[in-house]
Parts: sequence; structure tokens; C-alpha cells
Amino acid sequence: MGRLPPGVDGALAMGMGHVILKEYFADRQVEFFVDYNRRYTDLPFLVSLEEREDGSYAAGKFLVAGDLPADMVPEATSENAMWKPVVLDGRTDAVAVPRGSVGFRYGDEGLGQWNLDLGEIEPALSLLDTREDEVLVRFPRFDAPDGTVAFETRGVPTRRVGDRVVTTVLDLLLAHYGVARDGLPGAWPSGFGDATVPATPAWASEITGVPAEQITRLAREWAQNAIDTEGRGMILMGAGTNHWFHSDQIYRAMLLLTTITGCQGRNGGGWAHYVGQEKIRPIMGFQHLAFALDWHRPPRHMNQTAYWYVNTSQYRYDTFTADELDAGTGIFAGQGVMDLLAQSVRLGWTPSYPTFNRSSLTLADDAAAAGLEPAAYIVEQLKAGALKFAVEDPEAPENHPRVLSLWRSNLLGSSAKGNEYFLKHLLGTDHAVTAAEAPPDKRPAGIEWPEQAAEAKLDLLTTIDFRMTSSTLFSDVVLPAATWYEKHDLSTTDMHPFVHSFTPAIAPPWQARTDWGIWKAIAKKFSKLAVDHLGTRRDVVAKPLWHDTPEALATVHGVVKDWRTGEVEPVPGKTLPVLAVAERNYPATFEKMTSIGPLMESVGMLTKGVPYDVKREMKLLRRRNGVTKSGVGAGQPRLRSDIHMADAILHLSATTNGHLSTHGFKNVEKRTGTQLHDLAAEHEGKQITFADTQVAPVPVITSPEWSGSESGGRRYSPFTINIERLKPFHTLTGRQQFYLDHDWVIGMGESLPVHRPPLNMTTLFGEAPVGQQAQQGGQRAVSVRYLTPHNKWSIHSEYQDNLFMLSLSRGGQTVWMSDIDADKVGIKDNDWIEMVNRNGVVAARAIVSHRMPEGTVYMHHAQDRLVDVPLTETTKRRGGIHNSLTRIMIKPTHIIGGYAQLAYFFNYIGPTGNNRDEVTMIRRRANQDVSY
Amino acid sequence: MKVMAQMAMVMNLDKCIGCHTCSVTCKQAWTNRSGMEYVWFNNVETRPGLGYPRSYENQDEWKGGWIRKADGRITLRAGGRFRKLATIFSNPKMPSLQDYYEPWTYDYDVLLRAPAQKDFPVARPYSIISGKPMNVSWSANWDDDLGGSKEHAVKDEMLKGIEDKVRFEFEQTFMFYLPRICEHCLNPSCAASCPSGAIYKRSEDGIVLVDQERCRGWRMCISGCPYKKVYFNHKTGKAEKCTFCYPRIEVGLPTVCSETCVGRLRYIGLVLYDADQVLEAASVENDKDLYAAQRACFLDPADPAVRKAAREAGIPQDWIRAAQRSPVWKLINTYQVALPLHPEYRTLPMVWYIPPLSPVVDVIRDTGHDAEDAGNLFAAIEALRIPVEYLANLFTAGEVAPVEAVLRKLAAMRSYMRERTLGREPGPAIAEAVGMTEEDLYEMFRLLAIAKYADRYVIPPAHAEQAHALEEIATDCALDYSGGPGMGGSGPVGEGSGALTPVAVENFRMLTQRQTAESLVSGGSKKGRVNLLNWDGTGMPDGLFPDGTSAARDGKAE
Repeated sequence: MGRLPPGVDGALAMGMGHVILKEYFADRQVEFFVDYNRRYTDLPFLVSLEEREDGSYAAGKFLVAGDLPADMVPEATSENAMWKPVVLDGRTDAVAVPRGSVGFRYGDEGLGQWNLDLGEIEPALSLLDTREDEVLVRFPRFDAPDGTVAFETRGVPTRRVGDRVVTTVLDLLLAHYGVARDGLPGAWPSGFGDATVPATPAWASEITGVPAEQITRLAREWAQNAIDTEGRGMILMGAGTNHWFHSDQIYRAMLLLTTITGCQGRNGGGWAHYVGQEKIRPIMGFQHLAFALDWHRPPRHMNQTAYWYVNTSQYRYDTFTADELDAGTGIFAGQGVMDLLAQSVRLGWTPSYPTFNRSSLTLADDAAAAGLEPAAYIVEQLKAGALKFAVEDPEAPENHPRVLSLWRSNLLGSSAKGNEYFLKHLLGTDHAVTAAEAPPDKRPAGIEWPEQAAEAKLDLLTTIDFRMTSSTLFSDVVLPAATWYEKHDLSTTDMHPFVHSFTPAIAPPWQARTDWGIWKAIAKKFSKLAVDHLGTRRDVVAKPLWHDTPEALATVHGVVKDWRTGEVEPVPGKTLPVLAVAERNYPATFEKMTSIGPLMESVGMLTKGVPYDVKREMKLLRRRNGVTKSGVGAGQPRLRSDIHMADAILHLSATTNGHLSTHGFKNVEKRTGTQLHDLAAEHEGKQITFADTQVAPVPVITSPEWSGSESGGRRYSPFTINIERLKPFHTLTGRQQFYLDHDWVIGMGESLPVHRPPLNMTTLFGEAPVGQQAQQGGQRAVSVRYLTPHNKWSIHSEYQDNLFMLSLSRGGQTVWMSDIDADKVGIKDNDWIEMVNRNGVVAARAIVSHRMPEGTVYMHHAQDRLVDVPLTETTKRRGGIHNSLTRIMIKPTHIIGGYAQLAYFFNYIGPTGNNRDEVTMIRRRANQDVSY
Repeated sequence: MKVMAQMAMVMNLDKCIGCHTCSVTCKQAWTNRSGMEYVWFNNVETRPGLGYPRSYENQDEWKGGWIRKADGRITLRAGGRFRKLATIFSNPKMPSLQDYYEPWTYDYDVLLRAPAQKDFPVARPYSIISGKPMNVSWSANWDDDLGGSKEHAVKDEMLKGIEDKVRFEFEQTFMFYLPRICEHCLNPSCAASCPSGAIYKRSEDGIVLVDQERCRGWRMCISGCPYKKVYFNHKTGKAEKCTFCYPRIEVGLPTVCSETCVGRLRYIGLVLYDADQVLEAASVENDKDLYAAQRACFLDPADPAVRKAAREAGIPQDWIRAAQRSPVWKLINTYQVALPLHPEYRTLPMVWYIPPLSPVVDVIRDTGHDAEDAGNLFAAIEALRIPVEYLANLFTAGEVAPVEAVLRKLAAMRSYMRERTLGREPGPAIAEAVGMTEEDLYEMFRLLAIAKYADRYVIPPAHAEQAHALEEIATDCALDYSGGPGMGGSGPVGEGSGALTPVAVENFRMLTQRQTAESLVSGGSKKGRVNLLNWDGTGMPDGLFPDGTSAARDGKAE
């Protein structure tokens, strides 16, 4: 492999995609690929083309049954007809509505219909041979030197359906990837060697430095291997291609390779990315108990990226408009990213907290005083402008977060992108931010903008941890916690097929307590204090439109309509967040925490759209854990101890309870009309208990909570149930989707995977371009791309500052750099260096190696600031951490909601914590004799 | 024929990810104590690189191992017994602490107890040796992942003579990890160097140990060992080394480094050898013949004559069976993919390595051909990203042919299994091209790729009837060792071998003493220190709960 500069992996994948699309889809057809894509991807689905003023067309929305006259498709008048995309049936040459799209997932008519069984339909992947016409479609490219968008047109075969001009996703994809076919007009490349048109190997080679021949060969090997092995091709990756502002595009370009070649949903094939977002296998029990859904629904979830972007005032430093950020596509002209976030919040797409500029408790009281139900009251107040979302005025004191509890989190040593902004605006302590705030003409018009951003918003910071971290250094209160070997707990992730236990080898030493013990103690005291201070209150919860619920059908065709501008009425759960009310009996908090609540029996459980009746499990838990004697939890199963909790999770999750899994699959069957429950049948009588996990790690049971089958002892691989059992994916089409037709996605030019280079930090923030040298602190400094990959032997900050590991490395914070860059500015191995950009300052040691490419430095992720961090020459204050040089940037498409798979759920969708597009100046410290 | 059994190890370098778990668990188990801070019985070095201690392979400097004299006999490179006695009080050929590294700790207490002040507190490094603040400038693994490569990796001894083949440029970068423990050599130069006869090779399983009672701290073993795997405990003044975790081995468990290896790259098993041939093998004229010569010492445990001789030599039947099942034997002899580390030192080391293949495949991909095709793989081995010559300098005294043969076998295994996995009929051609059978290729694949625990570790437990002769389950008179009141006499590999129980006895006594003593071996009070490792599980270990006056609370670095 040749040289691959940072952040351009998507271009490499597109170059490979070009070869595969040309040689295995355009020049010839491979039965295995055709079959797979007809059934499991959106390639055959029809897309409407919108005519533009210049006569060219733009790819528009999926054609759905509801768009068509009833005499053309009988489903036109069916339930959810606007949510049933259509295909062209190759057998009848007529439009047909395949089952399995999201329209079949909800409502009575769809019962037994939500599956991928095509029946008699044979979807046509392309219209080339049956076309009535061909038109030029406009495709965006972002590879210009200045990073702005450019468009060019290429032809696609079309047909007329009703009053619409349509084509298929595959036809669009081929044109978008520059794969020429006879008879189609447009700007096509002359061959693989033509670098002027995306996405030829030569084009990809110019961007990536990987020779075009290698890209071609790799693509052929990939495709041939997929044919030879029936889809056992896997892309395995760490965080390297993630954490970019445009990671989603990089991912989509790579996923296209695995998906069009039938590698998804295969053991030994697919996509193995080891990056964040880990979930736990017994997810249903965990989610219901962690968020107290046994007592109160809905929960109050939040995505952290947007939360910190707002509450650490990082939005103030967006010295550009959303349109500049988006390379000039025009979709967001005149708006700031904050405007888009506020819109997303008020349309119920994404959660926001604090939610309103009035306490959620006060709101319920105010509604009562006004004689209205809270939802109606809030709608009225919002319409009248008497109530605002907090996100529209984040600097106002009533909208500040006040209390923050960190638990199992090293926010200020590890995860906080824009660490220095946290220090400045959240904590109000010393920081190294020198960035300029947005000038008046770049400020979001819809957001209150006081001249001075607030500092020290937070009143109280507590941390529960078992080791000293950067976060504990900053905390008002530190509660020492038990380690893994001092407590009972479960250990499980979605990446491992076992549930493990923690069992104490010793009691927690000194003042340490178990996590369970700590929270119980807090709950007990809180409950006592609540008698005087809080009592029982009604609480308004504004919940976003959730994925895997009918709320995801809020935005027909992904057309954005805002009640604020009067396009639509504000309707909770449709064009507003769901507005729910919960009764909070605060003095009963401890009692509720230590008993499983009644909602489990009265309402049941729901995970990923599958309902479960758990009366049997509750009976079992009453026997196993015992019954609470008195208080609000009287008669309920006890949750007195951590072991009680572990057993409750294991009983209330289908992955660890064979009966529940079988039961859940039977419920899915009602919707799919296909057989699934046999997947769990072999374990129907199996209940994994905490005691079992203490004996040995226990393999989990195939469950509707997940998409992979482990029946018969096979290993988990995602989507094998979808592929083998024709269970739809949870998307608009029910298939794996290449095409996204939401207004914002189309507007950003990303309806199909596209190469988008790293953000230009010079035009956005005025940072020096990579390679530029300047004098800084009396020393020669050079601008380099700043990456923060994972250290090979730490898990975030954990283990990094262990004495043994430090003795096996360099003893403190280090930055890897190329010998070429080091030579430019006179840095030697182990020299003290300083890195400075607008976000902050780092003082660390250089590791100089020829293993690093010129122009890029690494500061391994999450090196805490606890050991050997001197005062900086720049600020004369303590040096920062890796995230002192980064900040949060929000990509607008990540806050889309209320639209099929683009709908919020906790830990499933939201703005990414991207931090790789950053640059910094690096220099040797003038004085190597550092002080502390 | 004098049949002896050797417990040996093979490491498959293709699988080492350089995580250092082996180093840390070994240190935690064996050397996490005063006087041993700088000691890593197990270390993992990035190659090319200097290793630990720095440049230990430069025998011109350190004079480790054996050399062959003009008369065909071998002698210690550092000189014979006479020379040793002459220089006994000033042993010059020993790495300094700086060549290992100056161990340090941090004033962690500052983080807890710093008063309100202008800047956030930070813990600074303090030398454990001097107790003074220090600038960390070398460590046990300083050049990890080619860190500082232009200053350090370029000085790798193994690059000598092949400088033209290695360029330290980004596009040509290569590296791999080399985990190292004591080699438990058949012809240990450490033992031969010891003026006190304190180092001995156990007759039962060949593990090389230091008798702590007899060690007088002359440190000749440190010079004598060309791998620099004997260390000086600067508190006790005695030599210590990797024990092959004999207390575990004796009950059938793998060493700690193996047990905890994340990559599962280590194999442990017995090799039978003819002790009568050891000296001859170590004395062959040409360095490049040493690999073959050492292999010639090994005895085929399936051979009826060997089995008979082994039984007559007192090797139990289940040990002979274990030798037949030994993965080490298979990798060294049946498949011939494992190679010794630095045979040219003539110590006949018994920790062998399968050289890394992966970069070969990368090179083939670069050439534009199917990376799994056998023909392409064979052709490309000469174009290795890791030069074959470099591997040969490590494993075959510079002889390229055996390394190439190994890499070709590993390549053939991949191609062959690829065909099988795809349901195609691979035919015998691939196997024949590397002088193997299809069955062997398949079995080698099972051993290397499936690598189940029970196949990686074939360790027959020690025999109860030998218990009195083994340390951990000693039933014999603790004083019955050579030179002791019991006067057990010399073992079979000469004066410095085969002593009986002292290590376990020493350890037991030391542990007992340490647990009951008020003071530390290193001096100072035991208050505030917790040693769970040596805690027998009853009562409460001393120092588990600080009494509020401990040194740790005074903000002093240990």
C-alpha cells in the first residue's frame, strides 16, 4: 500500500467502488451480487428526479406507494402508504411495492407483512435496458483545492411513473461513481486512468497517494473473494477512519464495498469497527433498570456531543456559518450550526437538556395554574413565544447546567473534546483558550447572543472513580469507588459473546465503596432531604421522536417543515418533541431504587420495537431476590444489593433468558409473518443467573435484541438474522440503504457516499496550513495535522499512567512526530515540545520516529495530566491533555431526526465526537529545563 | 546416549502485538520488589531496536556466551575460570544501570495533598535510586514502536552488514516485536561463569536457576549471559533470573508470561535431547552450523530406541508421552518452523522463535498479485519488507536459507488453507513445494492458528516420587544441597547444575521472614506497605490499612 494521508480513506474506498461497480455491475452481472442486492439493499428502489431550471435533474426522494395513483399500485391507499418505497418489477415491468419497508412495520395492515420475502416480485436493479429516456443528473464533488462544492452532470436511464421521472438507486450510484455505460450522456471518465472524474482509481490515487493499479487490484480481489466465499470479506478497523467531521461519508464509502458484494450478515464477513458506542448484550434489562423505566417512562436521555457543544459555549467559537462549514452547498445559507441544532431540538429530532428556559417542574405547576394539561400549555406558550428552548439562549443563568456527577467517566482527562472550553465555561478555572468568538455577521440569528459568554456555569462537580484522574483533580467531591476485584458486577459488551461477572477478591479498601453502595447512600440521603425540599412533583419530559417507534414516521419524504415559520402546526410527537409528564415522588427515590417498579408488569418491556410480557420473570425475581416489605415498592422484587440488580438484568434480558427470547421472537413473528423463535428454542429453558456467571463466563442466547444468530454455538455476526431469516433492517426501505433522501442530506450533497476531505482549519479558523512554518515563543514552529489515536496499551486513560506501563514507555505525556518535521524545527527525540493552537496548549515530550509520516503528529488519546506535565512556556500554566487542542464540531446531518432510521435513540444516533480535522503548531521549547 | 528432558518454549512472532502483558504479569509475579525495580525477567523489544538492556547483543562490548578456540574447544568469551578469579572484584563487563534504565516513581501524594495553589498539582518523576527528581531519558522499552529510531534503531547490532538493505524512511518502515525470557540453555554460559557454582540446571526439566544461598554476588553470570537475562538484585546483592515459573510448571501450568499472553503466541513443551552431544554441538566450527547442530542433539521421542533409553534414564512414561505430544518438538523438528535466538552464542538456547511472515504478504500485495497464491508468496519472500538477512542475523547466525525455508512453509500453509477453506482441492503440490505433506500442513495450521490451550501447553506435572528433588513440593531435607550439610553432590550437567532444593527453601524462608519482619529487606519500616503477593490469605496482611503516619503520607517518594 502506498501513502494514505489522514482523512481520505473514503476516496480510496470510492476508487475501489468504481472498479467493482464497473466490472461486476455494469460490464457484467454476478448472480450472487444481483441476488443479494435485490433482496437486501435499496439498489433497486426507485428515486424521483426533480427537474432543475437549467434542464438537468437532481436526485430527489424515494418514490413511495402514496405518491402513486391507486390504479397503479393498490397499496397507494394503504396504511402508511407514504412510507412504502417502490421498485420496478422486472418480471411484469410494472411498479411494485415490496414488503418490509417501514410502512409495514407499524399499523394493523402491516401485521405479518414486515419481511424481506419478495414473493413474486423481481426488482430491477437498473432501468438501462428498459429505459424510456435518459436525463442528466447533477452530482456534487468536494475535491476542489479550496474544498468547495462543485457539480457535474452525468446521465441516468429513466422511466416515467405517473407524473414523475424516476430511476433506480443503482443507476444513480453508477453515475455518481463515474461508471460509464453505453448511450448515457454526461461527463464520464475515459477509463480507470482518468483522474479528472470521480471515482476512478486514478482519481482516488491523486487524493490518497495509493497507486491506481493497487486500488484496481485490491478492488478486484475484494470482489472475487466475495464471490469465492459467498460474502466472507471483512473490513476491520480501529478509530483511524472515525472521529473525522465527515467520518460518516468515509464509513458509507467503505460500507458500500462490503454491502454490494454481499458481505454483510455473513459470519466472516462485514464490518468490524472497534470504536466506541459499545453496548451491553443484556441490553433490555440494563436499559429498563438503568433508566428506571420500571418506575417512570419515558426516560430523559441526552446526546453528549450537543450537550457539551452548547453548555461549554463552544458554539460561540464557530467563526463561520453552517454553509461555509458545508462547503457552500447553499442548503444552510444564512444559518449557524446553532440555528440548526435549535431547529432539530424544537422539531423533536434530537434531545436537549436543560430543555426549556423554565424548570420542568415549574412548567407542570404553571400548566396546572393555567388549567391546562402540560402538553397543551407548553404548545401554547411556545407558540406565543413565552416559553423558549434553553438551547436558544444557553448563556442565560437559568439555562446553565448546575450539578454534574461523573461516574466511570474521565471527562476532563479523556473524552471532553474542547477540554479548555470545559475549563473556561463550565468550570470557570484557568484555561488556554485563545480562539476568537464569532464576529457579528457569523452569529446564529436565532440564538440569544449576550456580549459576554458565561463562565463557571457549574456549581458542583462530583466524581466517582477508583483512580486519580484529571477529572478528580477538578472535582469538588471525589467518592472513592471499589475496583473490579472489590465488588459484584456484570461485564459484557455487544462485541463479546459472553457475560462475565466481577466477584470481590477483597473488600473495598479504605473509604472506597461499591458503585451500588455509593448510589444507594446518595439516594437514601437525597430521599430524606427531599421530604423538606421537593416532595412529590409533576415533571415535564420532552422526549425526542424515537427510532423503532411510530414516532419515526413524523417527516414524510424527509421534507423539513418548521412550526416556528408557520409551515406546520406544533404537534407534540410529530413536529415537536413528545411532551410527557411524570410524577416524581422524590422522598421515595431510595425505595424506588431498591425495588423493581410496577410498570414491568402493568406495561411490560419494549426494546427495539419488540414488546415483552415479563410477568413470569417478575414472579421469578420475587422468589430469587425476595420481596420489599413496605413503602412504595411493597410487594415488588427487591433490588437491595448489586447481586439483586445483576440478577434482575439477567432475568429481564432476552440474551440471558431463553424463555424471554423465545417470547420476544414470537412477538416479532406477528409482525414479520416469518418463523424466528426457533433461533432461541434450544435455550428456551435456560436462565443465566449471576451465580452462573461467577462459575464461568456464560455464552449468551440469540435474541431479538440483536441482529446476529448464535444458535447452535455459531459465533455472533451482525445481521445474520436479517439475511438468513428475511427480517427487515430498521430502515425506511427495510433494506441496507445507500441512498438517503432527507432534505438536509440531499442539500449537503450526501445522498450517496461522497469523498469529503478533512475540514479546512485555515479557512474556518485561520490556523496555519499544514507545513507552514513560523516563529513562536522564539522558536521555529511548524503546522501539522494533529491526531489523537488510541494508545496500544491503554483503555482511554485507564492503565496509561500505571508505573509499570510508564516504565515500559517514556514516563509521561508524549507526542509522536516524523523525523522530517522534527528536523525542520530542530526537535530531537525526547525534547520537551509545546503545541499551540487556538483551542489550547500542550507541553509534552517528543518521540521522533521515521514511522510517522511527514505533516502529522500523534498525541495518543487520554494521557492524563497527572504525571510529569510541566508549566507551559506559552501560558505559564499547567500543560493540557490531548483534547486541549481539539473542540466539538457538529455536523448538521447528525442531528436529523423523526425520519425512519434517521431517528434518535440513546446511544444509537447523534452528532459524532469528531476531533481529527484539527491542526496545531509544534515547536521545541526554548528552555528544556522545565518547571512544575 | 544420555537422554534428558528439557522444558522449552517457542514463540510465534507473527502473533505478537507488543502489548507487554507478559512483561507486566511477570514483573507483578516475580520482580515487583525492592532491589529489582529495573528488572524485567520478561521483556518485549521492538526490532529493529536496541533491546533491554541497551545493545545487549553487542558481544564485542559485553563478552557474553562462548567462543570456539582454535583447538576446537569452546570457552567463555569473557575468559576462563582463572581470568574470572583474577578479576573477581572488578567485573568490568557488566551493563550499567543506565544501560538498563534508572527506575523511577512519582510523588503521587502531591496529587492528593497539594494545598490550594495557582496551578493544578502534578506528580513529578523521582529516581528510585537517588530519591531525587529526574528527567526520564531511558526506560525498559524506550524505543518501543521505533520511537527515536534515527538515534536508536539505527544502532541495532543486527543491522551490521546489511545496512544497504534497511532504510529508515516512512515508506520502508518495518518492525516487529521480540519477547524475551531466559533461554534456559543446554550449555548455559551463566552457570559456567559462576565462581560459586550457584547457578544450576535442573536435571528433571532443564530449568536454569540461581541458588540464592550460594550466590555471592560476583555477577560473573551477568557478564556470561549473552542474552543479559541474569540480573543483580541491588538490595540483596545476589543474582536473580527467570525461573520458567517452575512452581507452576511443576504442577502442569504454563509460565505466567504464557498464561497471560493475549496473542496466544507461546508454546511450552518438552524436548528430549542427548546430553552427550551437547558439548560437541556447541563446538561445531562454523557459527552457521549451530542451528543444525543443536537440532541434532534433540531426540525423536517416537523412536523406540530413544524411548527405551529415556525410560532407562529414569524419565517417567508420561513425560515421554508428553514429549511426543510436545508442540515445541513439533515446531522445532516435525515442521521445522521454529529457530533459536542467536545460536552463535553457542549456549544452545531453548526458547525458540517462529519468524514473522506477515510483512511478506504486504510486500506481495504491493507487487500487484494475489497475496494468498503460493507461487507469488514464494517468489516474494526475497522481497520481504523485513529483510530475511535481518531475521537470519537473529535466528541463524546470518544463514539465510533456513529462515527462507521457514517463511516458505508459513506461506504455503496460508495458500493451502485458503484453498481448503474455499472448498477447492488444493492437491499435494503446495505441500511438496516446501517438503511437507498435506497432513503436516493441516496439522501445523491447527497448531499455529487454532492454537488451543491444551495444544499450546503440554506440560506433564512433576512426579510425586521425584517430589523430594523438586523445589515447590520439596519433601527432602532442605539442607541436602551441594555444599550444604546434607551434601547432595553435583548434578548431571557439571558442578553448577542439578542442586536440589535451595530456591524453594530460600523463597519460603524469605517470604516467611519478610512477612514476619518489622523491617524491609531494603531497609526502612514496613508500615504503609502492602504485599498481597506474599500474603498467605490468613489474617490481615501488614500494612493493608495505613495508620496515618506512614511515609506515603509524608509526600515522600519511595
